[in-house]
Amino acid sequence: MREIKANQIKDKVKELFLKANYHMNQDLMIRLQEALEQETSPIGKSILGMIIENNKIASREEVPICQDTGLAVVFVEVGQEVHLVDGDFTEAINQGVKEAYQEGYLRKSVVNDPVFERKNTKTNTPAIIYTDIIPGDKIKFSVMPKGFGSENMSTIAMLKPADGEKVIVDFVVETVKKAGPNPCPPTIIGVGIGGTIDKAMVIAKKAIVRKINQPNKNPKFAALEKEILTKINNLGIGPAGLGGNITSLAVHIDYLPTHIAGLPVAVNVCCHAARHAEGII
Amino acid sequence: MKNILKISTPLYIKEIINLKAGDFVNITGNIYAARDAAHRRFFELIEKGKKLPIDLKGQIIFYAGPTPTKPGYPCGSVGPTTSYRMDPYTPSLLEIGLKGMIGKGLRSKEVVESMKKNGAVYFAAVGGAAALIARSVKKSEIIAYKDLGAEAIYRFYVEDFPVIVAIDSTGNNLYETEPPKYKK
Repeated sequence: MREIKANQIKDKVKELFLKANYHMNQDLMIRLQEALEQETSPIGKSILGMIIENNKIASREEVPICQDTGLAVVFVEVGQEVHLVDGDFTEAINQGVKEAYQEGYLRKSVVNDPVFERKNTKTNTPAIIYTDIIPGDKIKFSVMPKGFGSENMSTIAMLKPADGEKVIVDFVVETVKKAGPNPCPPTIIGVGIGGTIDKAMVIAKKAIVRKINQPNKNPKFAALEKEILTKINNLGIGPAGLGGNITSLAVHIDYLPTHIAGLPVAVNVCCHAARHAEGII
Repeated sequence: MKNILKISTPLYIKEIINLKAGDFVNITGNIYAARDAAHRRFFELIEKGKKLPIDLKGQIIFYAGPTPTKPGYPCGSVGPTTSYRMDPYTPSLLEIGLKGMIGKGLRSKEVVESMKKNGAVYFAAVGGAAALIARSVKKSEIIAYKDLGAEAIYRFYVEDFPVIVAIDSTGNNLYETEPPKYKK
């Protein structure tokens, strides 16, 4: 048994949201640089150049990469030997989000009720929290300020088992095609296959935070990622949707066992500002 | 890269007709940031025949909600939000003299038709380049709807604000003409 104080959770969440919003991960910066070299459209090239320059300015000056500092998504893996003391788990996470957004000059983009009042909560809370219990005595965090230009372009389909690979590819590519310029291409495409309708989208979201160019461990799914990425980049949408051969930077697939009658496929689109940060207590 | 055209606000029709889809443009002058909630309020005021809190004649609206301003800076990070959400309200604003919009992404047929009818231009700014774009904002102040927080109306004084003409006043649309060139 290891005691962890609620305050430690609060501080860690705060630190990670600040880091994610100011500092773009190196793997993505490298991929953007490659994309700049691969892009053939002059407009596309100049847009990629601006994106790279933007991320450098944000990191150097510690200002937000994008004004949409997102809905705060937190993936937590709690070791089963952890004993939380001096506070409430969910409250500690929300307090960390609140402090990061209030003290770090991040935009508060959460409204209290989605239909009627739509009043800003002024704290960017509540966060969306996914918790898994794992062996061990540590707590692992992966935080993701998720922008909504791209979230709005995400989709889910309950395909037939007979549909198989081809229909999955077409469905993902069609989602990106329909989204066009709206989700701030070049995008990262998270794909969740299997499980239930809800779980498919959760694993699609979590797939986004995987390191770029780290293919799925299963070679069949890795090949599927590659095929989908090629087809997406053949669409011609390009950076900012103004034409080019780089529409997505990466396709990340995750999968789960599913029911004999089903083939859920979820597509979570993420903009080029695919911000996330990881930490362990 | 192409030559960059320089324009200043307010916009006049004789300049607008010279702006062609694909032109790189730098804007200097005052522009107004307004997004979803402010547009809904504008629309309701126009429906009721009431005056808007700002005179939109010849002006440019930037679809954006900045991050809070860090001390020592004139403005927080600010880039465009997706424009289609403003589409239902846009033709009424073009009818009363709005001449330019800065955003990202597609516009509805109704918006493009109204732009052609009223002589207006739609600029694309690079989504997610908010720290870079903020460098061209020299002054920023909330001038209406402070209660909306990030969605309040801001007046920005900008210098060489970088945009691309996405849809011009004759309806040429870069989102339609460019991607097919790279389709395989």
